Amino acid sequence: MTANVQPAPASAYDLSPSGQAEQTATFALLVDNEPGVLHRVVGLFAARGYNIESLTVAETDRNAHTSRITVVTRGTRHVLDQIEAQLNKVVNVRRVHDVTRDPNGVERELALVKVRGSGVDRVEALRIAEIFRAKPVDTTLESFVFEISGAPSKIDKFLDLMRPLGLVELSRTGVLSIERGVEGM
Amino acid sequence: MTAHQTIESKAPAAAETSRAMTGAEIVVRGLVDQGVEVLFGYPGGAVLPIYDALFHEPRLQHILVRHEQGATHAAEGYARSSGKPGVVLVTSGPGATNAITGIMDALMDSIPMVVITGQVPTHLIGTDAFQEADTVGMTRSCTKHNYLVKDVRDLPQIIHEAFKIATTGRPGPVLIDIPKDVQFAKGEYYGPHEVQSTHAYAPRIKGDAARIAEAVKLISSARRPIFYTGGGVINAGPKASASLREFQALTGAPVTSTLMGLGAFPAADPAWLGMLGMHGTFEANNAMHDCDVMICVGARFDDRVTGRLDAFSPGSKKIHIDIDASSINKNVRVDLPIVGDAASVLEDLIAAWKTANLQPNKAALSDWWAQIDQWRARQCLNYRASDTVIKPQYAIQRLYELTKDKDVYITTEVGQHQMWAAQFFRFEEPNRWMTSGGLGTMGYGLPAALGVQLAHPDSLVVDIAGEASIQMCIQELSTAIQFDLPVKIFILNNEWMGMVRQWQQLLHGERYSHSYSDSLPDFVKLAEAYGAHGIRCDDPAELDGKILEMINCDKPVIFDCRVEKNENCLPMIPSGKAHNEMIMGEVEDIGNVIGEDGAGLV
Ligand SMILES: Cc1ncc(C[n+]2csc(CCOP(=O)(O)OP(=O)(O)O)c2C)c(N)n1
Ligand SMILES: [Mg+2]
Repeated sequence: MTANVQPAPASAYDLSPSGQAEQTATFALLVDNEPGVLHRVVGLFAARGYNIESLTVAETDRNAHTSRITVVTRGTRHVLDQIEAQLNKVVNVRRVHDVTRDPNGVERELALVKVRGSGVDRVEALRIAEIFRAKPVDTTLESFVFEISGAPSKIDKFLDLMRPLGLVELSRTGVLSIERGVEGM
Repeated sequence: MTAHQTIESKAPAAAETSRAMTGAEIVVRGLVDQGVEVLFGYPGGAVLPIYDALFHEPRLQHILVRHEQGATHAAEGYARSSGKPGVVLVTSGPGATNAITGIMDALMDSIPMVVITGQVPTHLIGTDAFQEADTVGMTRSCTKHNYLVKDVRDLPQIIHEAFKIATTGRPGPVLIDIPKDVQFAKGEYYGPHEVQSTHAYAPRIKGDAARIAEAVKLISSARRPIFYTGGGVINAGPKASASLREFQALTGAPVTSTLMGLGAFPAADPAWLGMLGMHGTFEANNAMHDCDVMICVGARFDDRVTGRLDAFSPGSKKIHIDIDASSINKNVRVDLPIVGDAASVLEDLIAAWKTANLQPNKAALSDWWAQIDQWRARQCLNYRASDTVIKPQYAIQRLYELTKDKDVYITTEVGQHQMWAAQFFRFEEPNRWMTSGGLGTMGYGLPAALGVQLAHPDSLVVDIAGEASIQMCIQELSTAIQFDLPVKIFILNNEWMGMVRQWQQLLHGERYSHSYSDSLPDFVKLAEAYGAHGIRCDDPAELDGKILEMINCDKPVIFDCRVEKNENCLPMIPSGKAHNEMIMGEVEDIGNVIGEDGAGLV
């Protein structure tokens, strides 16, 4: 055996995942509106083992040839920094903005929620919907479809309340984001 | 707005100088205007229009390989030895899929490369047409960027942009997939300066001045500094290597480098510690472990370099200079990141050092060097010499001694021979050493050697090979004959996939599962069958004479060097161990050195 095997001190520079808390982050990306760009972004997440919790994408400026992608992900601070750096490397990505870390970041989501029930539950569902400013967009004698928008946490809360009242189906857009103030991204 | 509309609106003045031509002609003209002299390719149905245009273009030399993987590695060898981008032209479907290994290799090792693939005509895309493959889909994760050209009007811009993206920032492969109808279609050609990129792509070259000032202060106050340099220094061009040497002279710090960085700092310099990492030297790894200021230039803290991460250089302040911001804080947290080009940042570091009139801590440095000399005294590369069998290390040493005064370039395959080459061949200049580092691709060496030979027709080019690896792209020997490329294939024939055998010995209870190189060809006859020269040697006493015979032969040569079969490549940091836990050459019971946990790692 080798003479110089000594127990090595653990390094303060260790980046291994243990010990770091995971957090959620929302990244807003301004990308070239070209075929394959979404695949590039999603592929990057898949190839490097990052999570995607939600994803929205649409063309935002036809003349400037840009789309906006909003992606919600989870990871340790170190992983989130890596995600940001990796996204910045994609040739088609023009800007990456970490909305979660920006005090001026606004995040909104829209959900369509189908609730089935009758009697007291039905009344209760409608009452809670009013409190949450959810709008009924369809109704039958035994169901509602509500449209609700707001911060993702608000929608989560609404769903928690609807579940015991007969939540049947749910469709969420995923998070959209923008910065408060006069400046554009 | 689509990209071609942008060109029309932004480059109307160029209309006089441009002219209408077919897509295929645009490709060829674009390559010429980009300064391309050589391309490596293989024809097929989906690129025939481009081949037709090549027929009329004497300024481009087309090297017909024997397998598309060969084309990509040849382009890598050409690029790495010349600093110019390597260019590849292959057909759709199997042509593209065969090229993928070399494209990935170029991505991992940051080699500038432009790959042009043919595609089935636009109207057939998505119909499972003959030789259709989703080339852009498949190569998205192994290119720096790629394009599917849907309109001939986009083609000039895409070609010029591809070269820019491949060669700037952190270099890498860029692929352009061109459907056959686009190759036939007529469009306007625009030159490199007439098109405007629509992307926001703009790599950062200049390092942050405040950080550079902080870095030189940190370095001058260091008691145990070390330079840890990588392939980025080579990629940044000869000026970066020159600046590294100058900055080292100012600071007096020792220098180690990754596999990819060999040659950036001269091996003959007393400050050179040898390569670091898994098969690096005892002195380099211990100095990395014990240093107090680490200056990482163009390297990326790869797992082959760091060993056990939580024990990697625990007491040091780390400065990391890299053009790729995503390489910083990826594996190892650094204290002072500087994003920028190695050449530019090193130059600025020198200027900042001089402006601030800094001096190294001479007394501390002399203690540091005394410590390093103790590590050096271990003579970690020593091996048991023999006068009956050729030791592989000895073979490399003799190859080095007999070629060092020549203008020599070395490529390698992958395995023990590669590591012995890195340990025992000594490089004084950058761009002289071509090896597959990140991907570790067996089969790289021979085609890479062809690319090197094309870039340096009068130089001696040697592929240091293993008997298993060489069989992965041996067909390129035919290319060597056709194009008069007298590369020398120096096979360290140990009749084993030696590196696999070594790991099985170390980690898998000496169960040598499928790692024996059975049914080997007679390499001498194989050379002759191709029209090359074959040499065999199994006697240490005859080695020098036969190496000279190889060097002096003006044809390609296969040298079947029969070496000790069971030699292990040492020293070695086993996977999962720290830099100061190396296995040294004199170990007797090597099978028991690595624990169970190490076996799970790669
Ligand atoms: C394409 C590819 N397949 C498999 C491997 C795994 N591998 C690494 S080294 C090696 C053995 C190489 O044998 P040889 O070329 O004889 O070199 P030696 O180690 O004996 O010097 C293998 C199979 C690889 N690196 N590349
Ligand atoms: Mg072998």
